[in-house]
Amino acid sequence: MSRAMTLKASQADLSVSLWRRAIDLLATFAAGSAVVLVLLPLGAVFGYLVYKGIGSLNWAFLSQTPKPVGEAGGGMANAIAGSALILGIASVIGVPVGIGAGVYLAEYGRNRLGDLIRFTADVLNGVPSIVIGIVAYGIVVLRQRHFSALAGGVALAIMMIPTITRATEEMVLLVPTAVREAAYGLGVSRWRTTISITLRTAMSGVITGVMLAFARVAGETAPLLFTAFGNTYWNWNMNQPTAALPLQIFVYAISPFDEWHRQAWAGALVLIVLIVVSVSAVRLVAGRGMLKGSS
Amino acid sequence: MANRAVGAHPLTSPELAVGPALAAQPPAKPEFLIKDSTSQWADRTFQFAMLACGLTVLLLVYLIIYELTTKGTLARHAFGWRFFFQSEWDPVNDRYGALSFVYGTIVSSLLALLIAVPLAIGVAVFITEMSPRWLRTPLAFTTELLAAIPSVIYGLWAIFVLVPLLRQSVQPWLARYLGWTGLVEGPPYGIGMLAAGVILAIMIVPIISSIAREVMTAVPQQQREAVLALGATRWEMIRMGVLGNARAGIWGGIILGLGRALGETMAVTMVIGNRPEIAKSLFAPGYTMASVIANEFSEASGELYLSSLVEVGLALFLVTIVVNVLAQLLVWSVTRGTPARSHV
Repeated sequence: MSRAMTLKASQADLSVSLWRRAIDLLATFAAGSAVVLVLLPLGAVFGYLVYKGIGSLNWAFLSQTPKPVGEAGGGMANAIAGSALILGIASVIGVPVGIGAGVYLAEYGRNRLGDLIRFTADVLNGVPSIVIGIVAYGIVVLRQRHFSALAGGVALAIMMIPTITRATEEMVLLVPTAVREAAYGLGVSRWRTTISITLRTAMSGVITGVMLAFARVAGETAPLLFTAFGNTYWNWNMNQPTAALPLQIFVYAISPFDEWHRQAWAGALVLIVLIVVSVSAVRLVAGRGMLKGSS
Repeated sequence: MANRAVGAHPLTSPELAVGPALAAQPPAKPEFLIKDSTSQWADRTFQFAMLACGLTVLLLVYLIIYELTTKGTLARHAFGWRFFFQSEWDPVNDRYGALSFVYGTIVSSLLALLIAVPLAIGVAVFITEMSPRWLRTPLAFTTELLAAIPSVIYGLWAIFVLVPLLRQSVQPWLARYLGWTGLVEGPPYGIGMLAAGVILAIMIVPIISSIAREVMTAVPQQQREAVLALGATRWEMIRMGVLGNARAGIWGGIILGLGRALGETMAVTMVIGNRPEIAKSLFAPGYTMASVIANEFSEASGELYLSSLVEVGLALFLVTIVVNVLAQLLVWSVTRGTPARSHV
């Protein structure tokens, strides 16, 4: 009798475990298909970028300014240059301040003020880019009384700072205290230690953080809409309205002209390539620096 | 450094320099150390400079709040709280209400979450718990790549690929089988709330899944082993051992994704249709808070018009801050080593 009961129990066990195994299999399948579903648009975006972009990409696109509606040809050279100008301004303002704030948090920021700055940086990181655009409009465009590359650069700098700050802090904190103490033990002053020992040790990580911030703002369009504003000619004056690659893509994409649509795809391809290239180039340099430091 | 210092030291006589051991012994400090270590002034200046950089971060947020509140004053005085509860947006007669934008922002973001959350959690579960080890890093890297694509490129892709796809196949199908709900009816333009929700979903999946991955990795291995030791299948282990413990953090990731969706501008502006209307159907065009600023700010002629747009920006700013802070707290509750609470 007891044996029969065990048998029954094990049969029940078997059916339960079959059921549970089916659920397990189903869950695995569901998770796997989620991955496929997520990778699908990624593949589609890149596929279309290359497929549509390559066809419209030519030397004229990279060397000429836009032609008026109806005329074929022309390009986005001025927008590429404008993007470089705006990103340059943003980096000049944003990188030192971001790194400085990160160093402050890591080296001096173990207090109330540090916590406040840390929290504020996280808040700033989550502010929508369009809101940053309004602020840059208020503090630069309204004072200058016209749109300018400077205003665009300020907007992008504001977006870069919190990212760089937090990345720098994280990287500087990774440097072992023993390394700092070794420098102090040799009698090296604190500021000198921070600059030539701590920051240098953390350099490759800091550069990676800077590049991530750079890549993030390089494709930003919303804060440039009413700061850099865009134009259709060459401009190197940072007090003038300036074209930018993402802006130009936006304007062309929502236009009703096929020729402009083609150019928007080409511009998008160039933008993605520029972002990827700049990130990997600096990673390469940073990697080499890291090797030098460790040898 | 040491070479230069010893060599340059004025007291280092030639005789002493002959024997290295002797040369190292004299207590006289090398010059560079004297120069640098006595400079408390330099230390203080450096610390002050770094502090200034840190304070800049505070200043920036103060500037944002200051700009938004002062420039929005006009609209606040003219409309008060009614601003957010009426949907009339009429620049010609200078009457402004933001309800339709608030509605569009909320609906498109919630729709995005509805699509993105199951996918993102599925991806995170697959990468951390199911995939073969060699596939983990490439998969994680590839999904994060989605986050690196600029918004405007998503918008471009959505206009020329996603919208036609929705118009030709997805929307007719939805209308036939789910039309009775009233949520998906009307002419299938392609462009509209649904398109905005789908493109937003694609954009926030990497955010949610990377946070979910992070908090799931933070769940101690013992939790998994304990559940497995009780005879659980892999899915039961994931459900009870991993998802249960990481729940607060996953909620944090979801809310972070929501914050991103609320403030997302370009891709949405390009596909949502930009019409200030409140329609029940997801096929209908709509408008979001971020989009109206993007479209109308540089052309806003009247002072009240501009002020109303800034007021919309202020609301967007405050909402995203609340959402982001909430998300941070949730994520920290898991990753900071404090015991995760399952009830949020």
